[in-house]
Amino acid sequence: MDLGLSAEDTAFRAEVREFVHRKLPLELRHKVLGGARLTKEDYLTWHRILFERGWIAPNWPRAFGGCEWSAMRQHVFEEECALAGAPGIMPFGIRMVAPVIMKFGSAQQQQRFLPRILSGEDWWCQGYSEPGAGSDLASLKTRAERQGGHYVVNGQKTWTTLAQFADWIFCLVRTQADGRPQEGISFLLIDMRTKGVTVRPIIMLDGEHEINEVWFENVEVPAANLVGEENKGWTYAKFLLGHERTGNAGVGQCKRWLAELKTLAQRQPGNDGRPLADDARFRDRIARLEIDLMTLEVMNLRVLALEQERHAPGPEASMLKIMGSELQQALTEATMHALGHDAAVYPGPATGRYLNFRKASIYAGSNEIQRNIITRHILGL
Amino acid sequence: MFGLTGEQQQFRDSLQRLLRADYPFERRRAIAQSATGWSAEIWRGLAEIGALALTVPEAHGGFGGGGMDTFVVMEECGRALLLEPYLATIVLGAGIVARAGNEAQCASILPAVGAGERQLALAHYEPGTRFAPEAVACEARREGGGWELNGAKTWVLNGTTADLLIVTARAAGDLALFLVEPSAPGVTVHDYPMYDARRAADVRLDGVRLTAGARLGSGDARPALAETIDAAIAAVCAEAVGAMSVLLDATGQYLKTRKQFGVPIGSFQVLQHRMADMLIATEAARSMALLAASCIGHAAPGEHSHTVSATKVRVAEAARYVGQQAVQLHGGIGVTDELPVSHYFRRLTMIEMAFGDVDYHLDAVGRRLFDRELQ
Repeated sequence: MDLGLSAEDTAFRAEVREFVHRKLPLELRHKVLGGARLTKEDYLTWHRILFERGWIAPNWPRAFGGCEWSAMRQHVFEEECALAGAPGIMPFGIRMVAPVIMKFGSAQQQQRFLPRILSGEDWWCQGYSEPGAGSDLASLKTRAERQGGHYVVNGQKTWTTLAQFADWIFCLVRTQADGRPQEGISFLLIDMRTKGVTVRPIIMLDGEHEINEVWFENVEVPAANLVGEENKGWTYAKFLLGHERTGNAGVGQCKRWLAELKTLAQRQPGNDGRPLADDARFRDRIARLEIDLMTLEVMNLRVLALEQERHAPGPEASMLKIMGSELQQALTEATMHALGHDAAVYPGPATGRYLNFRKASIYAGSNEIQRNIITRHILGL
Repeated sequence: MFGLTGEQQQFRDSLQRLLRADYPFERRRAIAQSATGWSAEIWRGLAEIGALALTVPEAHGGFGGGGMDTFVVMEECGRALLLEPYLATIVLGAGIVARAGNEAQCASILPAVGAGERQLALAHYEPGTRFAPEAVACEARREGGGWELNGAKTWVLNGTTADLLIVTARAAGDLALFLVEPSAPGVTVHDYPMYDARRAADVRLDGVRLTAGARLGSGDARPALAETIDAAIAAVCAEAVGAMSVLLDATGQYLKTRKQFGVPIGSFQVLQHRMADMLIATEAARSMALLAASCIGHAAPGEHSHTVSATKVRVAEAARYVGQQAVQLHGGIGVTDELPVSHYFRRLTMIEMAFGDVDYHLDAVGRRLFDRELQ
């Protein structure tokens, strides 16, 4: 797709492409392209390579060691990395908690946490959802009671992605029981090695261990780990979710998946023995996915540009989240269908991806919740 | 990217001022019922603020604007539901003259068009065919030192009020373009109203004798025609985006004020989510319309047509969804002629089919993806 890149951005694209081809370890590339599950070390290997080059934080300000790239450069970078088969950058530190620490954290917290997020020394996970608090996130019950210089945390978080790898968890906790549910929430940073923290795996429908329950039993957290003010956590939580949703678009990954699907459609036979690419119905389906991807790409650029202009994500991120997750699901579905009987083999990467990505319309606020946000904050209904 | 330049914003402001002052809905209704179906006074107003010359090449008295300038004009045309023949005369007519015409032809036609003194129409589609640009049976035969034209054309936008028709015809293997005066012997123009309150014409060409100089440019006109139709698609997509945003606003307002069961109907989640989907469809359409506008005249021709077809699919489906749902959410009043909503819906329905429907362009996107021959 021709986005009318400037000469500088075209040169930047070439620079990124050359770097990724030179630095991305081949076995890692093949794992990603083959749809294999990545280990913690796989993610960290690529994280460190980008960190050494100074490219690990495309959206951070330079003052904190980020790239502060334009929307277009962030887009080009993500696309080149994804197409070449690089693992994604884990969002929990770089994209999610870091912007909160930059905007609402103390200078000490910034100095303590941000460099370790950049270097990959600390792996973060997200302590938002609870068994009784899904879409109604503000009803969360995990308690944090102030006792001297500590908070004592009790409760349970769930659906915690890759908590088994994490060194730290950012948590929404209840510090005040009365008033509106949103008013008694605080934002705490908790070391996963603290006594009383237990991680229990949840096996997903694809048979994989990606998400967890995280239990807190009398966990002592230094008061210095409170971000911003007590009981103001809901504001920080929403700010973080905006960043998370912009990141959910996954344009680069969708591009790679669509390219795979096109290759597959030329190889797999249709019902008349000719390739699926010559089956008008299947080709229409791929054409629709191509159009959805082009749309997502431009939407992503428009939303990123708005975000930069305002220095904060807006409710438009909810549109991007819906479009991105729907496309990811449609792509995984079409790829599975293209395989015909071969899709039945378990475990198989295409079917695994289809099953796994049912999560996309649920996490980061279900797509129905995104529509509520759009209704209230854009349409004013 | 896709932002407007300062000049474009200024121009948009003056166009909005003109249309807000001179184009209230009741005036538009009267204009639609007039003999020509559009207003010469409004056309002069558009000429005065430079809207007509905006995309005419600088060498011929214009401002040399590109696809994004057309986007700005057409989005406002969509918001105002403008009846005046901007698409027919400027985007299609002046567009194809500038792309295919020789120096002398451009010099004799374009300055007058940009000044608002001349009206054009492209007579291309034919009865019994659908959307494929190749489906031209109209024939031009060498006759003496000139040409003789025989054939029939349909859905000629602005066909009745144009001073000059630009007719596509087969000429010895080439697709050629001819400048035809509507008053020439052998030309019959049959005018009819369309459901979107505009007018079009069917044109018959029976042994129409033309001079050699009536051929627009030389050589095969397929590339110029394809590019012009692509530009027209980008233009109606921008128009649809403008019309859809009006429907979104109107429907949002209605949901806030219309009460049933003692509460505003906008408090019902099923309607809220419908509106959210209408907004997403509109913004998705806007994204693609901007992409198409930005590549007109820039990207390589193949890429350009791929983007334009993809855009047409996205925008046509959004136009159908937003149009139908705006009517639905207005309930009974939505199906009346009295309410502007139904007029926007009708125009969006026309745009959905114009220059190829969803099936046609979806098929083109798929075939290009796999390097299969187009139909």
